[in-house]
Amino acid sequence: MSFISSAEADRNTYDVIVVGSGAAGGQTAYTLAMEGVRVLMLEAGRHYEPASETPMMQTNAEAPLRGSGTPDKPFGFWDATIDGGWQVPGEPYTSASSDPARQFYWWRARMLGGRTNHWGRISLRNGPYDFKPHTRDGLGFDWPMDYQDIAPYYDKVEMLIGVYGSNEGLENTPNSSPGVLQPAPKPRVSDLLVQQRARKLGIPVIPFHRAVLTERLDHVRIPKLLHPGNEKAQKILAADMQKRSACIWATPCGRGCSIRANYQSTTVHLPPALDTGNLDIVTDAMVRAVTKRKDGRAEGVIYIDRKTGAEHRVKARVVVLAASALESVRILLNSGVANSSGRVGKYIMDTVGAGFGGQIPLLENLPLHNEDGADFGHMYVPWWLYKEQLAGKLGFARGYHFEFGGGRLMPNMGTAAGLEWLNGGNYGPRFKEDARRYYGSFVYFSGRGEMIPNEDCYAELDPAVKDRFGIPVLRFHWKWSEHETRQAAHVEKTAADIIEAMGGRFGKAPQGGDKAIKQGGIIIHEVGGAIMGTDAKSSVTNSYGQCWDMKNLFITDGATLCSNADKNPTLTIMALAWRASDHMLSLMKRKEL
Amino acid sequence: MDRRTSIKWMMAAAAAMQSLQLQAGDAAARDVAPNQAGYGTDPNLVKEWKPGGPWPLTLSDAARLTTAALCDLIIPADALSPSASAVGVVDFIDEWISAPYPNQRADREIVLPGLLWIEAEALKRFGKAFPALAEAQKTAIADDICTTSKPEFTTAAKFFAKFRDLTAGGFYTTPVGMSDIGYRGNVALDRFDGPPLEVLKRAGLA
Repeated sequence: MSFISSAEADRNTYDVIVVGSGAAGGQTAYTLAMEGVRVLMLEAGRHYEPASETPMMQTNAEAPLRGSGTPDKPFGFWDATIDGGWQVPGEPYTSASSDPARQFYWWRARMLGGRTNHWGRISLRNGPYDFKPHTRDGLGFDWPMDYQDIAPYYDKVEMLIGVYGSNEGLENTPNSSPGVLQPAPKPRVSDLLVQQRARKLGIPVIPFHRAVLTERLDHVRIPKLLHPGNEKAQKILAADMQKRSACIWATPCGRGCSIRANYQSTTVHLPPALDTGNLDIVTDAMVRAVTKRKDGRAEGVIYIDRKTGAEHRVKARVVVLAASALESVRILLNSGVANSSGRVGKYIMDTVGAGFGGQIPLLENLPLHNEDGADFGHMYVPWWLYKEQLAGKLGFARGYHFEFGGGRLMPNMGTAAGLEWLNGGNYGPRFKEDARRYYGSFVYFSGRGEMIPNEDCYAELDPAVKDRFGIPVLRFHWKWSEHETRQAAHVEKTAADIIEAMGGRFGKAPQGGDKAIKQGGIIIHEVGGAIMGTDAKSSVTNSYGQCWDMKNLFITDGATLCSNADKNPTLTIMALAWRASDHMLSLMKRKEL
Repeated sequence: MDRRTSIKWMMAAAAAMQSLQLQAGDAAARDVAPNQAGYGTDPNLVKEWKPGGPWPLTLSDAARLTTAALCDLIIPADALSPSASAVGVVDFIDEWISAPYPNQRADREIVLPGLLWIEAEALKRFGKAFPALAEAQKTAIADDICTTSKPEFTTAAKFFAKFRDLTAGGFYTTPVGMSDIGYRGNVALDRFDGPPLEVLKRAGLA
């Protein structure tokens, strides 16, 4: 079993159809295939081979426009994304409002592995508070599960994909079990300076958690822990883990990694799943809808072959939507299923994004050394004002973390640009001296915060607009609440405070207010739209992503998240997908599916 | 620049001055073809890319000479590295202002009139093409526009800032430029050691 054509897929029979091949689809297919379930994966984009297609070690001078972002490649030429971005040709979406503050931007990728090929690899656990936000402050929704329900799956995912970090025991910032995390990379000088000065403000700076191998995975110990009693799975995983290299401390992770030193679905989930012989993958398969049997259960899906335009139908005992939160919402709405609650498309969330940077004289002209490290993100600031927030002192209800960076990274078009605010503007030998002096002396703080689900942020089908396949598209409604805009202003002010504590300076003071916050979707952490809950009236699925209205239809991507903690959602999506897949396995064993 | 080209270029530049409109003329570049495609949403990331590959270059020969002279005024050769034009920055700027994307098209509307302005200014002040000026003559013009402090040169200063950013970006991304500015990465390592002790001491961290 392997990569097959749609014609072949039509002839075969499968236990489970998985729509999507990213973090959710990859994890779901992996867990099921390792346990002997026959899986058909449908991916809307093209086949992609990181080993032969990743630009390792290329410099920006080897790219058109020195690698700068363009409408064709919004995150830069070397970014791994294929046929993707906030706009995908021929696949529009619409906005209900023309107000710039009420726009939602939807990033998609059309490639095997989806957005996992280019993502930031930031892998933070939600903490105990994050599963009971309504209980804590009366806003949003509690999850129909506790941290303890998901903790074992966080351990499993971290061991499988490889996550560096440390256990600091801070509030609502969980430790991993002993022996799970990889060693954190050594801090850069800018990291240590931020840490030293932020501490004076009472702000903690600790090792980040990212899905990058700082050393090779323990292929003897881990497979036994992940697949107890399943010798075949252990053997396959052990063999595959030996094919993954540790980080070579060069090449930004967003390009993908040909040596498989970081997590992307295409280098971690799919190879062992394919090695089981239980997984078939059809690429260029754009799913339109879930089909329904007479008894009300899911029958299979209809998809369109992107290359031929032909429509295909495939059937299975179980259908899993893992197409990314909003693509899964779109499939549900176009199917007209699983929506007796009326909540499909409701409560869409992104992450609150704001940022602020400055220049630090103490970092000028330091002795030259290699600062590449494991790409950005050796350290971060976890949310630290839980008590003040709970006491109502902040004016916004949920927290954020800081991702920050500095150092002499690979030069790009911005490296020696815009120095006028520091040197007044010059040229010639003095300009060359200034370029050397200021290079690597900047730090930038990106706040990434929790958004509270609200009634104004939702998606519905546009009544008129269809994509190039004739499939109705989503229309978005969006509005930040003051919890988010005030939080964004706090991000800016705190970053400015840290920069000043470092003896730094900045060109413009923080803007504050509505100007600080980035538009919806810009952080690309969209979740919700088919939230999980305790009953069929108020939610779309149970805690296993199983649809209340259609017992053999599961959603394992971010659509089921009923809150969006400041912690980047990918790790949680994978842990939920593994848990949901275990539940499917037990139901299938009991013949309930 | 041969004499005929030089005269044609300077006349065009002078005409642009007289109309007091800084607009791109035929003398600076050929048009970017309407609906010119970029490299697309799925370019080959492991092949070798060069300026002129994904889309045609459009600067005129004369404008390339002005570009080279201005690049090298901003980034001249010194003990650490060669000048900008010696490492392909003219080709890069040509690629940039010839690109079909919105940001680059906007920059084209700054750079092409700016190059004309530089030539017109050289002609007005010194009666020669800019590349043919003595160093002191070039700096006399550049000193007026390298900051935003002189109101009579606001538009030219905006051009110069943009052109400096493009020159610097083009230069510091090349191997010699990366070495010059102090980038020591992009080397495969067995382990990452972090900053040397001397660095930590200098930053007050050890």
